[in-house]
Amino acid sequence: MEKRSVFKSTWLPIVFALPQLTLILLFFYWPVAAVMNWAFTLEPPFGGAAEFVGLDNFREVFHDPFYWNSVLVSIIFAVCGALSAIFIGLVLALAVDRQLPGSGFFRFLYILPFAVAGPAGGIAFRFILSPERGLAAILNSIEPDLWNPAKYGSHALAFVIMIFIWKWAGYTFIFLLAGLQSVPRALIEAAAMDGSGPIRRAIDIQVPLLAPTLFFLLVTMMTEGFVGSDTFGMVHATTAGGPNRATEVMVYRIVDEAFHGLNYSGASAQSIVLIGLIMVFTFIQFRFIERRVHYK
Amino acid sequence: MIQRTPFADALTYGLMILGFLLLIGPFVVVIAGASQSLQQVNAVPFRFMPGTHFLENASAAWTRGDLGHAMVNSLIMATLVTVGKVALSACTAFAIVFFRSPLKHLFFWTVFITLMLPLEVRVVPTYAVAADMFTPFRLLIQFLTGIEIKVEWNLLNSYAGLVLPLIATATGTFLYRQFFMTLPDELAEAARMDGSGPVRFFFDMLVPLSRTNILALTTIMFVYGWNQYLWPLLMVTDPSYKTMMMQLRALLPAENGIPDWNVTLAGSLIIMLPPVLVVAILQRWFVRGLVASEK
Repeated sequence: MEKRSVFKSTWLPIVFALPQLTLILLFFYWPVAAVMNWAFTLEPPFGGAAEFVGLDNFREVFHDPFYWNSVLVSIIFAVCGALSAIFIGLVLALAVDRQLPGSGFFRFLYILPFAVAGPAGGIAFRFILSPERGLAAILNSIEPDLWNPAKYGSHALAFVIMIFIWKWAGYTFIFLLAGLQSVPRALIEAAAMDGSGPIRRAIDIQVPLLAPTLFFLLVTMMTEGFVGSDTFGMVHATTAGGPNRATEVMVYRIVDEAFHGLNYSGASAQSIVLIGLIMVFTFIQFRFIERRVHYK
Repeated sequence: MIQRTPFADALTYGLMILGFLLLIGPFVVVIAGASQSLQQVNAVPFRFMPGTHFLENASAAWTRGDLGHAMVNSLIMATLVTVGKVALSACTAFAIVFFRSPLKHLFFWTVFITLMLPLEVRVVPTYAVAADMFTPFRLLIQFLTGIEIKVEWNLLNSYAGLVLPLIATATGTFLYRQFFMTLPDELAEAARMDGSGPVRFFFDMLVPLSRTNILALTTIMFVYGWNQYLWPLLMVTDPSYKTMMMQLRALLPAENGIPDWNVTLAGSLIIMLPPVLVVAILQRWFVRGLVASEK
């Protein structure tokens, strides 16, 4: 959309945009240029200028079983986390949208977990789902080690996924509720006239009409699961990637490799793969949004 | 809707209560645990009744995590990040929407692409830039003129370092841009007719009109700023700049020490409280900003 009435000035827009653009150049583009540079070069072990090694860093990353482990962990984390958070948000939105007395109270509460930082929630869940105390300990009194995220990788992964779901269910709830409220009332009423109950209406009318919102949330939640800053925080504050790399998601591995392994070239190559992934997600998202605009 | 649906109503309430237990239950556990004594908090099964020890647990956590200091730092950081984001993104959106300039597409895409570059994937070089802010300029000048200059500006362990790298925001810019584009053309025309220049138009008309957007954006960005974790963790080594989020792990009971989780929970409750309060009190604005900024 082009605005017709605009001001004419060559230097004013530059002055207005400059502060943010400077910060972007300094803290986004320059670092990414450095990442590109590092991904294709290697610092010799005994000092000296970095030498160009082509795709060697990528080759090394792709031959590293630990890298593929982190990819697998990330896929499980993002898919399970995203789908569960969306499902819970959908069920709650459908329930609240019926506007029974008291549902405003629940609507007010459901968004609150979203305000909690991933790592802070993580610390709370370390207590709540600890094998020795809190709520989950009761499982272990049935049988020892029935639940032990410190020992079993699968438990630890389920544990971090639960934190993700807890935090993001309220977020998906907000969007799905907004989506439901834009479903024309006449449609629901017509269906009610034809004798359908609330559950049938939900399945046959409301959920299909929510498809665009659901798709949008799927993309956003997957992006969040793969590269979200909270995802890093959740893992870092709880399992630190362990036990035995069972919760080492891709972002955690990149930061860990760079700052503990000091393997900048390897971390940069992994970063570039991840940037590519985000680009794909963003592309999908904007294609879809463009289409939605055309339909209007 | 006039329709009697007792079964569906019961199911609806059941689901809403289930959602309550799932999403608010953890808060209840944290509050209960934070107010219990050492024995109570370690009891199996866990009792949901709050105890009477909250104040002593909170003060123990306050000293253990040095939360007083951290609270001040977090408030400063979150406030500066919020103000910076709200102000700079408004300026950029103004430049993109209200000027006929060949650069506006460049501005737009420059901002847009940052959506695809989260901190985690550029963390090492961003740290390097913060450690020596003038590297890019120095290399540029050396490349252009051949003169080697030695100026250094180190952002590590400073508020500027905590705040500046986090201020650029595509979300905020797009929120303003979208709002500006819905304003009628006549507005800018009338302002021009009355002899106002673009700067005056921005400050006297756009800013007051954007009040709703500003409030919505402020709530979102405050929560964002307060909850920053990775960047302060890397950036700050000097204890006097520690933020609340960094102190979370310092609150954990010592390995093989006394499992005083009541203190840990009291501390983490204090840490998670400010953004939760903001969202609870300003929920209308928060939700509006959230839904609008994702369009």
